[in-house]
Amino acid sequence: MNADKVLDAKGLACPMPIVKTRKEMKDMDSGQVLEIQATDKGASADLTAWAKSGGHELLEEQVDGDVLKFWIKKG
Amino acid sequence: MSVKAMTAAQVARKVIDNEPLFILDVRNGDAFADWKIEGGNIQYLNIPYFDLLDGVEEVIDQLPKDRDILVVCAKEGSSIMVADMLADEGVETAYLSGGMKAWSEHLEPVKVGDLKDGGELYQFVRIGKGCLSYMAISGGEAAVIDATRMTDVFLNFAQEKGAAIKHVFDSHLHADHISGGRQIAQATGATYYLPPADAEEVVFDYTPLEGGFDAAFGNSKVEALYSPGHTIGSTSFIVDDQYLMTGDILFIDSIGRPDLAGLAEDWVGDLRESLYSRYQALANELVVLPAHFMIMDELNEDGSVAKKLGDLFKENHGLNIEDEQEFRDMVTKNLPPQPNAYQDIRKTNMGKITPEDEMQREMEIGPNRCAVR
Repeated sequence: MNADKVLDAKGLACPMPIVKTRKEMKDMDSGQVLEIQATDKGASADLTAWAKSGGHELLEEQVDGDVLKFWIKKG
Repeated sequence: MSVKAMTAAQVARKVIDNEPLFILDVRNGDAFADWKIEGGNIQYLNIPYFDLLDGVEEVIDQLPKDRDILVVCAKEGSSIMVADMLADEGVETAYLSGGMKAWSEHLEPVKVGDLKDGGELYQFVRIGKGCLSYMAISGGEAAVIDATRMTDVFLNFAQEKGAAIKHVFDSHLHADHISGGRQIAQATGATYYLPPADAEEVVFDYTPLEGGFDAAFGNSKVEALYSPGHTIGSTSFIVDDQYLMTGDILFIDSIGRPDLAGLAEDWVGDLRESLYSRYQALANELVVLPAHFMIMDELNEDGSVAKKLGDLFKENHGLNIEDEQEFRDMVTKNLPPQPNAYQDIRKTNMGKITPEDEMQREMEIGPNRCAVR
């Protein structure tokens, strides 16, 4: 899936994947897609809940070995 | 202002002693709704940490000034962040060291009573998950029943008590938590027992646990009583004619569910037979010690989970359903959700898969759901 930007949050523990995602998203335009790569398992539930509460859309989630990949479209 | 850590052991003490505590749980709403730290004198506020990244001002007004505040998250990272932010605003809080993971794994040993000739019986209350394990000690020897995977706790406890573990039992093949029984037996040279009817697929050596069998330790003994229904092999234990370990067949406020191996319809009859015939034939004076509790109300004042069998015959709803069809419906319909990862937990307990520690921890997260009420 195409992304406008990729955030490498691998190796970061909670809360950093969300903190960094949030920071990246602030600099993006509505409708743009951010790809997030994380290894913290909690990122899945947290990013889903965070995207929802912030009015963003979680387009897709994939598991690639130990790496979790998320594509979130800015709302 | 400094932020203090509170350990799971300290929180467990507060829960058992019914002390006031305010928990600011910063996990996301689903996680909080599914499973949280519970206690009779705890107040809660759930705000996900990601809603507080711009500041904690909105929370401060909602925090009480007259009780300790504990910030809780899944692993501790977010709770430290939020506690730090609150400290910057002049609000003193503590965070739960190790988060809900540590809470899930904490075992609180509680003495439930004496055995004959100086022996002692301990219950290990896994307060965050509702699992109960046992160690009976007599004359320098010990028997362990339904141990959890935190095996060091049992090994260290036996060592402190100067007891050699001789027998390790699992009442059934558990579906909600990973057994530490096999590892404890390996570490101590003890015999590991499992009911053979639950062990058809296990890939390791074990000693078959049959009804009528008994095992001596010190001056005491454990007797096995076949009591199927939660699983086809479920076996209860009677220690020194005083204590009845009921596994997942009978709890203080509820009874076992027969569906975790996928055979509710087949096993409901066994469950009724165990509860309404086999247990009825036992002495009312026996102290019932189950393998789980479901709600905090089941804890006694000292933190133990125990009640006389005679009292349960009077008070436990599941033991007082005269109509067989009504009983069948209760234990096969409208069952609560199944425990997290229960199929993988069963496979782990069979030895078919051996997940690494972190994965085992993840598999066990969440409440136990072995009962129906």
